[in-house]
Amino acid sequence: MIDNLRILLHQGKQYIPDVATAEVPGIFRGRPVIHPGGTVDEMALVELCPTGAISANPLRIDLGKCTFCGECAFACPGKISFTTDHKIATNERERLVIAEGDDATIELNPDLIREEISSYFSGSLKLRQVSAGGDNSCEWELNACGNVNFDMGRFGIEFVASPRHADGIVITGPITGNMAEPLQICYDAVPDPKIIILAGTDAISGGIFEGSPALDRSFLGKNQVDLYVPGNPVHPLTFINGVLDLIRKRK
Amino acid sequence: MENTVLKNNQTIPLASIPVLAYEDFLEQNTSLLADERYHCVSNYGVPQGGKVKLLCCIADDAEGNILVSSAEVGRNQTLPSFTAQRLAFHKFEREIHENFGIGYTDHPWLKPVRFPHDRATGQSTIANYPFFKIDSEELHEVGVGPIHAGIIEPGHFRFICNGEQILHLEIQLGYQHRGIEPLFLEKKKLLQRTTLAESIAGDTVAGHTTAFVNLWENLCGYQADEDLQFARTLALELERIAVHTGDLSAICTDIAYQLGSSVFGRLRTPVINFFQIWCGNRFAKSLIRAGKNHVPFNETLAPQLLKTLDAFEPEFDEMCEETFTLPSVLARFEKTGVVTHEQASSIGTVGMVARMCGISRDVRATHPHDFYAGMNHRPIVKHHGDIYSRAQIRKEEIRQSIDYIRRLLEQIPPENKARKTLGQPVANAFSISMTEGWRGEICHCAITDERGELAHYKIKDPSFHNWLALALAVRNNEISDFPASNKSFDLSYCGHDL
Repeated sequence: MIDNLRILLHQGKQYIPDVATAEVPGIFRGRPVIHPGGTVDEMALVELCPTGAISANPLRIDLGKCTFCGECAFACPGKISFTTDHKIATNERERLVIAEGDDATIELNPDLIREEISSYFSGSLKLRQVSAGGDNSCEWELNACGNVNFDMGRFGIEFVASPRHADGIVITGPITGNMAEPLQICYDAVPDPKIIILAGTDAISGGIFEGSPALDRSFLGKNQVDLYVPGNPVHPLTFINGVLDLIRKRK
Repeated sequence: MENTVLKNNQTIPLASIPVLAYEDFLEQNTSLLADERYHCVSNYGVPQGGKVKLLCCIADDAEGNILVSSAEVGRNQTLPSFTAQRLAFHKFEREIHENFGIGYTDHPWLKPVRFPHDRATGQSTIANYPFFKIDSEELHEVGVGPIHAGIIEPGHFRFICNGEQILHLEIQLGYQHRGIEPLFLEKKKLLQRTTLAESIAGDTVAGHTTAFVNLWENLCGYQADEDLQFARTLALELERIAVHTGDLSAICTDIAYQLGSSVFGRLRTPVINFFQIWCGNRFAKSLIRAGKNHVPFNETLAPQLLKTLDAFEPEFDEMCEETFTLPSVLARFEKTGVVTHEQASSIGTVGMVARMCGISRDVRATHPHDFYAGMNHRPIVKHHGDIYSRAQIRKEEIRQSIDYIRRLLEQIPPENKARKTLGQPVANAFSISMTEGWRGEICHCAITDERGELAHYKIKDPSFHNWLALALAVRNNEISDFPASNKSFDLSYCGHDL
């Protein structure tokens, strides 16, 4: 008992008091900025990007495809830089495309949030996670959302063991052919109303696996996605803030 | 013996690998495994028009060599199996069967490996796979997965139980198959291939990416500068500390020991945050690149890392002291999920799953790469093969890795500002690269064509060897002990399924 108390004393308080204003340490690559002006070989940047996230004329970066490897910023440091802004989740796929000169924070479009999301889930949201080809980095980060540091449970947001207990699903990974059916079965087992969250670049666009014949992404064509959380993997703060914005936003 | 003798990270002309008659190929490689100093590193097929070239790579851990030989066989041919002689080949031959339709007269169990979309075998699907059954009125089956209760990757476990006791566990994988090996050939840019290597298993970024860049540089005849090798070695050891700590937390979670779960879980945070401080990513993605390093480890990072470790160590030791002496923890750890030395040896386990039961198998010691040659690594070996042994290995390897990092930081090689540029891979070559990831032995093999283009890429995650060990470990255990056993192995689904 004394030993346990001593450990607790040594651990102290570990939770992040305010996830909305928390800053990440080091050179975190969050929301990128493409600085206007200057001459840059846009096609070289397009060619450089491993996942086709950069497009030219005008120069844009699609965070739904970006692996956040930072190679473009290393190649053209004056033109592209990654800020430490980790709040990059949104419910509008097009909002993930960052245009030249765009330095605005990424927010959710309140008009796209369904009425029942705000009315049913604002105080309590239970989620079922489905890894469908995820490489286990996003999975670790979603686990970390519930640890003593990030403590997502304090907002009433939790991952649950059964789709029957869930209000929605969180998909990681590019959705493999072998997981397409289990994913559909799981989604069907979640009672209405229900939400879909895509966590990580692989889930949003297929990422580096885009075009692989081993994938089957037809599920996404049939269902509406309520939140896109970019990242490779997603940072816990990106996920928590994104979900909070989704369930607390009022029209 | 007719084989080519290689060292780890060596490139040779493909034509120098002897092509044996299949009978000699079988005899030579299976007889090698009679001695535990030899184990199978990789054994796979390369399509060659209508034929298949079988390549077998056997590691000689005593001499630090890799013995490579080959044989050419026809597709859909039926052959005597290696597995009938040595069980360690079972998964490799199942994969060859699945990919090429090659049959075996005496393979005990040609169970599908990962149900790839272009498999050569039959119409069976992952959904209608017939699991092993026992007819009885007293037994029952428990099916778990592919989607599990927690946030983990998918796989299906089918138990046959007598009451609470597990008689048999059959594991079905393949749900994570993303077709990553062919993508290595289709994606032509080096950065794309490096990104793929980082995604083989996102919890083993340093392990797999180091294997890839070492192999690629080797194919290009490029000698990596000391600072590059330093960064890779440091990343491998940091990754080991981070994941082992996270795993100790998860094992505590699965025996309902809340304090250990919380404290180990939170101790992992500063370690992965250091990766972010260093390279911008908590999982070391973007850190390791062939022929360059965008984020050199410098003198300003060293004191931050030392400070992180100084804060980590006393709290880690205190938590370990409590965990490993608590009777309620020991009751769950000791003699649970046991794999015997004989079992592990016969199925050819690697990494922690070998070292937990007396097999000293560790690439860092036997086939050293990067800075390991100068570190005189002594593998941590345990003997009971139970959860306790696997947890102990983690605890001691964390301390060992901290010690290694402190030693590495005493002499940080300066960044080479005038680095040579990376050339192109040599033509018609075979290259092999092994690293000791936190799970164990990772092996990447590549073959180039006559233009120096990548013609074949083969990845082996340590989990490929080790999944069968989990199935054996839980026999006669209570099913309620399965989660803790499973987590104490912590095998990779995506690394296996590719």
